[in-house]
Amino acid sequence: MSDEFTNGTEIEVRGLNLWYGTNHALHDISIDIPKNSVTAFIGPSGCGKSTFLRCLNRMNDLIPGCRIEGKVNISSQDIYNKDVDVVDLRKKVGMVFQKPNPFPMSIHDNVAYGPRIHGAAKKEIGGIVEYALRSGALWDEVSGRLSTSALDLSGGQQQRLCIARTLAVKPEVILFDEPCSSLDPISTSKIEDLILELKKQYTIVIVTHNMQQAARISDHTAFFLLGDLIEFGRTEQIFESPQKKETEDYITGRFG
Amino acid sequence: MFKRNGMEKGIESLLFISAVAAVLALFLLCIFLFRDGILLFRDYPLSSFLTEKSWYPTSINPRFGLLPLLLGSVIVTVGAIVFAVPLGIAAAIYISELASPRVADILKPFTEILAGIPSVVFGFFGLVVLVPYIQDAFDLRTGQIALTGSIILGIMALPTIISISEDAISSVPRSIKEGSLALGSTKWQTIHKVTVPAALSGISAAVMLGIGRAIGETMTVMMVTGNTAIIPGFPSGLFEPVRTMTATIALEMGEVPQGSDHFHALFAIGSVLFITTFIINIVAGHIKTRYKFKL
Repeated sequence: MSDEFTNGTEIEVRGLNLWYGTNHALHDISIDIPKNSVTAFIGPSGCGKSTFLRCLNRMNDLIPGCRIEGKVNISSQDIYNKDVDVVDLRKKVGMVFQKPNPFPMSIHDNVAYGPRIHGAAKKEIGGIVEYALRSGALWDEVSGRLSTSALDLSGGQQQRLCIARTLAVKPEVILFDEPCSSLDPISTSKIEDLILELKKQYTIVIVTHNMQQAARISDHTAFFLLGDLIEFGRTEQIFESPQKKETEDYITGRFG
Repeated sequence: MFKRNGMEKGIESLLFISAVAAVLALFLLCIFLFRDGILLFRDYPLSSFLTEKSWYPTSINPRFGLLPLLLGSVIVTVGAIVFAVPLGIAAAIYISELASPRVADILKPFTEILAGIPSVVFGFFGLVVLVPYIQDAFDLRTGQIALTGSIILGIMALPTIISISEDAISSVPRSIKEGSLALGSTKWQTIHKVTVPAALSGISAAVMLGIGRAIGETMTVMMVTGNTAIIPGFPSGLFEPVRTMTATIALEMGEVPQGSDHFHALFAIGSVLFITTFIINIVAGHIKTRYKFKL
């Protein structure tokens, strides 16, 4: 599969299984996610796409009774190795959530939070905040009111703030978990433009319910169903000539 | 059809009367308290009540100085807060953020049981166990001192502080904590930079209510603080016997002739106490609404 890719592989997953207690939620997933591109995970609700995404920055560690087997290599490093510090991993693999979740602090402090906990010098913070807000396409809207509460922003602005907050930590990979599901169409298109801009520098993985969105912004698409990775390939190929019947049924709207 | 409507009206007025009765009872109580308190100032100047440094209610030239009693209450309460607030908040953080669900399920009911123990039992425990211990530990003439009261009151205020702080901390949305963890912060950084600040209004309210509970407590302090109406030094007063406003009322009310100056002086003390706790509750409510952030 990997010879199709123009870029190198950033995330390599081999034989990943996941259980919530006795519920076998992901079955033997293997996938190569290419660098500096957008990879979309699609599939009906409950297919395991978000669960799989959360394996990539080990957010599932927080869920009691969750057990994972298999290998996940990011930049050729096994992230489930005992020596790996999740703090370093999550610094490198940022995440933007389904619902905007700004901290109840000022806009500035939201963005400065990551750099501060990672020990950035005081005099660097201002520059990092501006850089991150510019990269998050939010600077022009908020530069005059950085000290006001982030909770006063609109939903779409809050989501871009959360993206900026992630960028401030300077990750290599950004995971998006249905980032537009609670946003209006205009905010959604702003975020999509932003994702296309970000892929020049970052490896992006996005879970989405919206197939048009996957078609619009992703280079590669993976289709999940009931905990199985059914098909993975270039987005045009998945949408125009799917190899598997399940993929075709889902894409043509026969279920899901 | 029309009968049904009449029934609705009847129930409505019944509930209205109950609500009014409760408010009215409280209102009349306040009037009674303040009226009897103010009557003191016919014969005894307000300025002396506020500035006089001694409380000699039964001497030939009686002196009704508020200060020793007010400061007695303050020193015992401050001591209790200094001891109970950090402990209570730490326990709340542990229960809501760190303890496994099984441990939390054991700890939470225990703190609530602590709230159900009658104050006289705390006082008895203090008198029998803590007083002799403190006397030995600090090599004092008596263990019935402000510090002893502070410790027991602190323990009594703990359930309030723990359970309200715990509610506040665990109501911080999971999404915010996950957002912090996803940026690569540790569990502890998330707790003290995101979760606790987000819960601060609830925690402050918990502290204020804890203070309210401590300042209004009577039986326990009366049993363990020695009840000497002398203006306490600070902080040396912690190691001296003190007398609180509540203890004064409880100790003297039984022996005072109705309608005497002494009688009215006790009501004046009661009014001060009422105003103090009233202000504390108002401030607690204000903090709770003012800093509540929408999520």
